Amino acid sequence: MRALLFRDLRLALRIGGGGLMATAFFAMASLLIPIGIGGAAESLGRVAGGVIWVSALLACLLSLDRLFQADFEDGSLDHILLAPSPIEFSVLAKAAAHWLTTGAPLIVIAPLIGLTLNLAPSAFGALVLSLLIGTPALSLIGAVGAALTVGVRRGGLLLSLLVLPLYLPTMILGARAVERASTGLDPAAALYLSGAVTLAALAAAPFAAAAALRVNLR
Amino acid sequence: MALTVEGLAVERGGRLALVAPDFRVERGQAALIAGPNGAGKSTLLRAVAGLVRPLRGRVMLDGAGETGQHAAYAGHLDAVKPALSVRANLASWAALYGASEGVDAALESFGLSHIAASPAAYCSAGQKRRLGLARLLVTGRRVWLLDEPTVSLDAGASADFARIVAAHCAGGGIAVAATHVEMGLPAGPRIDLLPPAAPAADAVDPFLTGAWA
Repeated sequence: MRALLFRDLRLALRIGGGGLMATAFFAMASLLIPIGIGGAAESLGRVAGGVIWVSALLACLLSLDRLFQADFEDGSLDHILLAPSPIEFSVLAKAAAHWLTTGAPLIVIAPLIGLTLNLAPSAFGALVLSLLIGTPALSLIGAVGAALTVGVRRGGLLLSLLVLPLYLPTMILGARAVERASTGLDPAAALYLSGAVTLAALAAAPFAAAAALRVNLR
Repeated sequence: MALTVEGLAVERGGRLALVAPDFRVERGQAALIAGPNGAGKSTLLRAVAGLVRPLRGRVMLDGAGETGQHAAYAGHLDAVKPALSVRANLASWAALYGASEGVDAALESFGLSHIAASPAAYCSAGQKRRLGLARLLVTGRRVWLLDEPTVSLDAGASADFARIVAAHCAGGGIAVAATHVEMGLPAGPRIDLLPPAAPAADAVDPFLTGAWA
């Protein structure tokens, strides 16, 4: 499992600059939205949490369709499935590599994006915490969608349609935590619930994705 | 140790893709799968590896299932990552299969030592194929499933590979190869496949045909 994690991290670093692409997309998307809706400082601050979370969702989705597809296309997936480690652990390793190369870099630059969006100073902690708790669920749930659409030609769009609705709880709770913190309220409840969603995804996603891979391989 | 296949049939899209005759490969033997295009040679190898769930029949190694835990597969695709070096490609597979050594020996056996440090993107088709086949050695698996292994190999590399398979079999391993060319593999049973005939009645879901009504 660790071998697969290191292999995927190494490949991600060699191709597409690792997390840089997703991070740049995240920054671009969250800076485009305020240009679209106008730059009034107080209205920006109100939507900042939601904008950052929607952008994080899209950035996460961007690299998700290659999660299994790249290995499927060059034949590597067969050998990963034949390897001694159970398929569920292989899925977990790939989801972890995806989070480390997309989710984690987002968290690092999110405060900077928050600053440019005039996020209330009281909400920065909740923003980072909500991303830290919520983004692993994006990679885990995304792995199920990627496993379901592996082998589908141009499956990226289908993947988005499958996965985005399942991202809703994480996004709502994450944005809610930021919003509550920015108005001086306690964000703990939303963060706890978001953590519950992530834990449920951690428990279920490896099995679901492994089952989907077994069905899709023929 | 022996690999036995009994009554194996594989269905694809409601149609029989493979009906394999029963066969048994003893340790030290290399079985040869022959048959025209579409007869199901690749499907048979994937079913033996456990990558395809059969409609019926059994694949057993020493009387037990789970052949996938003992099989290494070399298919049409070489599973080579262009972004990694030749050595890193093989080393990543060795790590995945829990083998920390043998990478350099495998590169040497397949004549890849001199390009070990260069990116796999610069490999020729034959070199990529050899890199794909070198994975067989680092997996340490006893059953080798080879799907047209000599495609894009020159005569010399082909003969070298036949010697490597012979050494694997001599060491107590088993090889099953689907190939159209005579490559001088060790002795073993010959499995002749014929393209499956019209859909068998029991191969089709009765719900699809309405036979249940």
